[in-house]
Amino acid sequence: MDKVLLKKLGDPEAHKIDNYVKAGGYKALGMALKMPPDNIIQAVKDSGLRGRGGAGFSTGLKWSFIPKDPTIKKFLCCNADEGEPGTFKDRGIIDWDPHLLIEGMIIASYAIGAAKSYIYIRGEFALGAARLDAAIKEAYAKGYLGPNVMGTGFNHDMFVHRGFGAYICGEETALLESIEGFRAQPRKKPPFPALAGLYSKPTVINNVETLSCIPAIIERGAKWFSSIGPEKSPGPKIFCVSGHVKKPGLYELPMGTTLREIIFNHAGGMLTEKPLKAVIPGGVSAPMLTEKDLDTSMDFDSLAAKGTMLGSGAVVVMDSSACMVKTAYIINRFFSHESCGKCTPCRDGTPWLTNILMRLEHGEGKQGDVELLEGLCANIFGRTFCPLGDGAVMALRGALKNFRNEFEYHAKTGRCLG
Amino acid sequence: MLENVKDEIQGVLKKYPDKKSAVMDMLRIAQREASGHLTKEAMDEIAGLLGMPPVEVHAAAAFYTMCRINMPAGKHRVWVCRNLPCSLMGAEHIIKYLEKKLGIKTGETTHDLKFTLDTAECLGSCGTAPMMQVDDDYFENLTESKIDEILAAKGRES
Ligand SMILES: Cc1cc2nc3c(=O)[nH]c(=O)nc-3n(C[C@H](O)[C@H](O)[C@H](O)COP(=O)(O)O)c2cc1C
Repeated sequence: MDKVLLKKLGDPEAHKIDNYVKAGGYKALGMALKMPPDNIIQAVKDSGLRGRGGAGFSTGLKWSFIPKDPTIKKFLCCNADEGEPGTFKDRGIIDWDPHLLIEGMIIASYAIGAAKSYIYIRGEFALGAARLDAAIKEAYAKGYLGPNVMGTGFNHDMFVHRGFGAYICGEETALLESIEGFRAQPRKKPPFPALAGLYSKPTVINNVETLSCIPAIIERGAKWFSSIGPEKSPGPKIFCVSGHVKKPGLYELPMGTTLREIIFNHAGGMLTEKPLKAVIPGGVSAPMLTEKDLDTSMDFDSLAAKGTMLGSGAVVVMDSSACMVKTAYIINRFFSHESCGKCTPCRDGTPWLTNILMRLEHGEGKQGDVELLEGLCANIFGRTFCPLGDGAVMALRGALKNFRNEFEYHAKTGRCLG
Repeated sequence: MLENVKDEIQGVLKKYPDKKSAVMDMLRIAQREASGHLTKEAMDEIAGLLGMPPVEVHAAAAFYTMCRINMPAGKHRVWVCRNLPCSLMGAEHIIKYLEKKLGIKTGETTHDLKFTLDTAECLGSCGTAPMMQVDDDYFENLTESKIDEILAAKGRES
């Protein structure tokens, strides 16, 4: 499969507009602007593209929910908050190929009739924000942004909104609150953003990788896209591989590549002679898998069938030196740090989990701690305002399901097993 | 205090239909202009400029991890990533090494006011772990000798 999303990775000149255009960039935009907007939405639906931000919702369907009334203002927001530990794919696109994202965003905006779009980028990505600012400026200068885009009468303005450190801003309604200048706490749904989003106007929120697939869908067609990977979740996918492998990094592969292929054929296999113990397939919210699951196809449905998820496509590989109590503690510490404080089960439950995991990890656990963890999980899961708390529980339950003996050993002896 | 950056602020305000949306950019600018932290005066000034009640600006600031309220920071801010991928690749050792090298604990500032050391829960650089952020820049695949070089170079900056 030739690369679509990461073809510029590592090329120090590729982010400049002249090089992008020379390599065929903004051709898809020209083609799209000649199409009726509804035909673009149909093509994206037909392509089978599903959101790469984690939930895997049909992108074309999401766009089709936007009211057609041209007198209503609409917005597009690109989610570049990239906060799920293990994930570094959106940064790979933004730093090396910012115009790919911008082109995808202009096409999406034209399809839904949005005159303004915002890229919400996490605050720590200073280079990415600077790259985007510069690229947007270049696009204005060349007439791809601003009034009368490419002479077609379509007007579009694009802005970068920088975050300031908060994982919850990746949740789409918290992201909107954050742009509006409030504390970034999730909103009640419904109404869904497609009807009342940014400044209460119809809004589409899509992930960086999702939007970066759009130019290729327009240029090469929906059929080409849907022929890559599994029928129900097709397309190219970026896998972020980290942890105990020889060649960690970003790998753009067909959706549905197996975990084994990703780890052993692409990421160079295990770092040392120590064997694989556990692997998180989709960012730390995704329950971990073990050696026996390595032949699982990496796509939304196959991973859901295994009780875990594709999430952001972040594959964290752990060898036999990794203690699962420590792993669970570190993951949970993240969620309790990032809990936004809006609802009680998450605000009070995640630090409680973290405290228990910390004492287990530090050899100060008590008999009954494992059961206490399980009880807390049951009281958090499904009872939180947004999925952040669920993510914390899913991660912990995954560790307990596969490695309960390690937790019990820690509780009893204060030490690691083996 | 925000007098010297009027043009930058005008640019920020132009991005949004509602002034209030500029609060995060304004907090970032104010923090940059005042030794890496936010004073009550700066936040009140932002409230005035954006027509927001001061309490809302304070609430927004308190929400975000990168805001540093009423605690001047050193000239250079260092954040060592310590979430799972970095931890698997030795983040704890990197943190200990930096604490020893700078003679401070995490969360503290060196006596010469050059460095403030903190940890971070995933900076999105997991394929090049262990890593740290110094001011706006990422430093990846860290080793002790790399850290020595980075600190020496930063320490020389006047
Ligand atoms: C706690 C939480 C954090 C999230 N973080 C991100 C993120 O960093 N980036 C992202 O694209 N989506 C994130 N999402 C998913 C978004 O809410 C949303 O589903 C997504 O941006 C939609 O875009 P897509 O359809 O293109 O995937 C997060 C969701 C939750 C509940």
